[in-house]
Amino acid sequence: MTTDAEIQAPARVERRTGQASWTTTVPAWVITTISVAVATGLWEFFGRDVNPLLGTYPSAIIKAFFSMLQTGRLQDALIQSSQPFIVGYIVAAIVGIPVGLLLGRYRILESALGIYVTAGYATPLIALVPLLILWFGLGFMVKAVVVFLLSFFPICINTWFGVKAVPKTMIEVGTAFCASQTAIMRGIILPATIPYIMAGLRLGIGKAVIGIVIAEFLTAISGLGGIIITSANSFRTAEMFVPVILIMVLAVALTALVGWLEKYVAPWQSEITGHDSV
Amino acid sequence: MAHLEVQNITKSFGTHHALDGVSFNVEKGDVVALIGPSGCGKTTALRIIMGLETATSGQVKVAGRPVSGCGHDRGMVFQHAELLPWRNTLSNIGYGLEMKGMKEPELSRTAMHYLELVGLTLAKDRRPHQLSGGMKQRVGIARALAIDPEVLLMDEPFGALDSQTREGLHGELLSIHAKTQKTIIFVTHDLDEAVMLADRVAVMHGGKISQIIPIELERPRLDMRAIRTSAEYSKKRTLIWEALHDAGVSAAA
Repeated sequence: MTTDAEIQAPARVERRTGQASWTTTVPAWVITTISVAVATGLWEFFGRDVNPLLGTYPSAIIKAFFSMLQTGRLQDALIQSSQPFIVGYIVAAIVGIPVGLLLGRYRILESALGIYVTAGYATPLIALVPLLILWFGLGFMVKAVVVFLLSFFPICINTWFGVKAVPKTMIEVGTAFCASQTAIMRGIILPATIPYIMAGLRLGIGKAVIGIVIAEFLTAISGLGGIIITSANSFRTAEMFVPVILIMVLAVALTALVGWLEKYVAPWQSEITGHDSV
Repeated sequence: MAHLEVQNITKSFGTHHALDGVSFNVEKGDVVALIGPSGCGKTTALRIIMGLETATSGQVKVAGRPVSGCGHDRGMVFQHAELLPWRNTLSNIGYGLEMKGMKEPELSRTAMHYLELVGLTLAKDRRPHQLSGGMKQRVGIARALAIDPEVLLMDEPFGALDSQTREGLHGELLSIHAKTQKTIIFVTHDLDEAVMLADRVAVMHGGKISQIIPIELERPRLDMRAIRTSAEYSKKRTLIWEALHDAGVSAAA
């Protein structure tokens, strides 16, 4: 009897896993594609009935997209926007990561300067743009500064908290083997903090996108933000949506790029945590 | 002069005395177990010897030299191995050597030697999450041995393992000790582990050593089955049990 039960038990488990329903077998990208197609279709269908001043629909946006490509307006705007975006964001990462590492590691720095980072993260920095215009003018510089300010704080604060989350015993391994402060920072804290840094970089992209668009609204009207505001002011709704969607697509792509970067610089991390949702 | 001298160390956290005057000497090549209930100060004592914590008073000498802070004269094995997840087995074993300033190709050669010593040659390129608990701890032991310390310090090294794996590692540690003749101090709460591995068992309670019990089993201890059934084994096991029990009763009273 006992033997029978023992033999049958695993077989039953196997049958259950073998009968997986379509919710677990259909690839994720297929589900995503279907979802996007349905949403776009609904928008197209209902959007056509809406007053073109108040709304638009996908095929009108695509038409506007190609006509803006033909005149070169979209490409020019993209280049204009991306320059201060890239500079501001990269400087935010170059400054934010080391500052976060130091804040997390040294108590004196944390108690002296941590409060400013926390406050800066919570401040509605967009409200400072008029002042920044007085300081940096209306051109490239002020846009880069706005992007920097908005993305610096999430990058820095995530790195900082990431250092705080490194297990004490992991640092003690360094201490026990007489690692120098620099060796502990570079060889233990930095690699252990990478997932948090990457999360900060991802959040930073979202903030930087908001920063560049708002900066272009409020300073010299230019770039993709400039197209949004001039099209909106002249009630060309479809045209207005072109840069909005372009920015969205680019931001999603950049976020994915950071995720890819994480797999590249911290492959052990995805091996440990890599799992699919049910 | 003893190889390791622990001289009247105390440790206070505010008004709480975690260690209340602990002294013992360990001869070169000896294995000493610190055993006692949770909170008796055994881990604190070990951490002070390692230099991870500073004693409120008293001192520790290794080979006649007083120690302060870390040092490559002591190698630490952590309770949960604490391997660095981004390093593979070989590179984890080489960590202490790197910190010691050893360069390639000597670094890899030495790490390879200790990798072989703990029998993990096949797992050379794996990362810690691909290793079992027992394998992780063998890497932890190899990492500590690789810096060729005077004293090997182990903080409940097998406490987190299942009993079969634990016994396998007991055998492994006995044979490593037979080969390297290292001085070893380990913390445990497992009676069998203490008797099987140690030459002397220090029973701790309330921040003090209440008894030091010598284990007169011959080395090398290769036949664990014979040892387990020997009269000395059961006699000493009972003695330690009583020492722990008496201390517990006097504490409760």
